[in-house]
Amino acid sequence: MRNKDLTFWLFLAPVILALGAVVVIPLLAGFFYSFTDWNGLTFNNFLGLEHYLRLLDDGRFLSSLWFTIQFSVVTVVLLNVFGLGLALLVTQKLKSSNLLRTVFFMPNLIGGLILGFIWQFIFIGVFSDLGELLGIAGLDGWLTTGTTGFWGLVILTTWQLAGYIMIIYIAYLQSIPEELLEAAKVDGASPFQRFRNVTFPLVAPAFTISMFLTLSTSFKIYDQNLALTDGGPFNSTEMVAMNIVYTAFSSNEMAYGQAKAIIFFVFVAIIAVSQVYYNKKKEVEM
Amino acid sequence: MAQKRKKKLPVLEILGILLALIWISPFYLMVVNAFKTNREMFEDVIGLPSEATVENFVQAYIDLNFLNALFNSTLITTVSIAIIIIFSSMAGFALARNKSKTSNAILLVFVAAMLIPFQAVMITLTSFFGSMNLLNSGGLIFMYLGFGSSLAIFLYHGAMKSIPLTLDEAAKIDGANKFQTFWYIIFPLLKPISVTVAILNVIWIWNDFLLPSLVLSSSEATIPLRMFAFFGEYTRQWHLALAGLTIAIIPVIIFYFFAQKQIIKGVSEGAVK
Repeated sequence: MRNKDLTFWLFLAPVILALGAVVVIPLLAGFFYSFTDWNGLTFNNFLGLEHYLRLLDDGRFLSSLWFTIQFSVVTVVLLNVFGLGLALLVTQKLKSSNLLRTVFFMPNLIGGLILGFIWQFIFIGVFSDLGELLGIAGLDGWLTTGTTGFWGLVILTTWQLAGYIMIIYIAYLQSIPEELLEAAKVDGASPFQRFRNVTFPLVAPAFTISMFLTLSTSFKIYDQNLALTDGGPFNSTEMVAMNIVYTAFSSNEMAYGQAKAIIFFVFVAIIAVSQVYYNKKKEVEM
Repeated sequence: MAQKRKKKLPVLEILGILLALIWISPFYLMVVNAFKTNREMFEDVIGLPSEATVENFVQAYIDLNFLNALFNSTLITTVSIAIIIIFSSMAGFALARNKSKTSNAILLVFVAAMLIPFQAVMITLTSFFGSMNLLNSGGLIFMYLGFGSSLAIFLYHGAMKSIPLTLDEAAKIDGANKFQTFWYIIFPLLKPISVTVAILNVIWIWNDFLLPSLVLSSSEATIPLRMFAFFGEYTRQWHLALAGLTIAIIPVIIFYFFAQKQIIKGVSEGAVK
C-alpha cells in the first residue's frame, strides 16, 4: 500500500475522522479559547494570559493541585509496594495462587464510582462500629476531615489498583528463568540475596512502567474523588480533575476551566515525556 | 531442605488467604448489609443478617430502572467495541503495510494522542458536539472510537509485524483486492489482539462515568450514571444504596467469572506494551 493509493486512505479514514473530531480539533480549539472570553458558544475578546495569571491567585485551584501531588506521591509508593508484594506472594507456587490472583485483581473490573460509594459506606458506616468494638478512637469520623479524606482516597485507590500493578510485576517475574534462581541457590545465596541480586534487577523495567503508569493514573483520578468525598469537607479533598469539571460545568466559566485543563495537560505531558526520556537514557546505558 | 520448605509454605499460604479476605471484605460488607434493614445495620454492621430481606433489592432494582440501564450499557459498550475493533485493525493493517514517512507520522500522532488527558478536551468536545445535536448515545459511540482507537491501533500495528507479507501477496495472486485480503486473510489472524482490545475496552467503557455524564440524557443513562443519581437520592439510607451497588456489580462479576483467564492475559498484554 502506498500513500498515493486511495485504499490506504480509505482504511484510515474512519479513525482519522474520529481522532480529529474528538481529540485533535477540541484540543487545538481549547488551547485557543483559553486565551479568550469564550463562554461555550462564542467569544468576543482576546484576554491574552489573563486566565493563566488568574490561576496563580486561585487558592482553591492551587490547593487542589497540591492535594493531587501529595496524593499521587503517596499512592505511587504504596501501589508499587503492594503490587510487587502481591506479585511475589502469588508466584510462590501456593495452592491458592490462582484464587489469590483472582481476588486481588477483582476491584479493577469495577468502576471507580461504584467502588467509591462502597468505601464511603465502609469508612462512614463500618469504621465507627469497628472503632467502638476495638476501642480505637481514630476510626471514628472518617471522611469528615481533610486528613481522613486524603487517607480514605489513598486506601481506596491502592486497594483498587494494586491488583493491576501486580499483574504487570507477575509478567516480569515469570520471565525470569528458573535456572538463574536455582543457580544462585546452589551458590548459597539466601532468599533475600536471591531477591536483591537476581529478581530485583530483572524486574526493574516493570518498576519503571508501573511507576509512570501509577503516577499518571493517580494524577488524573476523578470518579473515586467524586464518589468518596465529593471534594469535601470544604473542598479540602478536591483534586485537579474535579476542580476543572467544577469550574467548567458548575461555575460555567468555560474559558477559565479550559485554561486549567491546559495546565493539567502540561503536567500530564511532563510525566509522560520524562518517562520516554528515562527509557531512552536506560537503553543507552545498556 | 524438604522440611524447611514444608514449614515455609503454610505460613505464606495463610498470609495470602488472610490478605485475600481483607481484600474482599468491602464486597462482603456490601452484600450482607444490603440484606439488612436500616435498624439491624445500626445494631450489627459486621455480622450476617438475621433474616434476609429482599425488599431492598426490589426497591433498588425499580428505582435504578435497572433493566433499562443494563440495556443502555450493553448497547453502548458492544457497538463501541465493534467499531473500535473493525476500524482500528484496518488502520493498523494499512499503517503496517506502508513503510513511508507519512505512515510513521500518522502512527506517531495516534500514539501521542494517548497521552492527552480527557479533561484537556472535554469542555470544547461537549460544546462542539452539543452544537451539532450529537450529545446522545450515537455521538458517544463516535467519541469512544476517537478516544479508543489510539491504543487499539498501536496494539494491532505491533501484531502485524508477525504476519508475513507473503500472505498478502498470495491473496493478491489469487485475485483478492485489499479489502478482501484484509477481511478474509489478515483480520482472522489478528483475533488474539482483537480479544485483548475488546477486554481492555469493556473495562473502560462499561465503567466510564464522566464522559457519558456530559453526553447522555437520563433516558439513555448507563449503569454508573443511574447509580450516581440513585446514590444521591438515598444518602445515608445505606441498606438501599448497598442493594443498588450490589445489583450494579453483578454483570461485572458474571463477566469476570466466565472470562477470567482472557481478562488477566489481556490486561497484562495491554499494560506491558
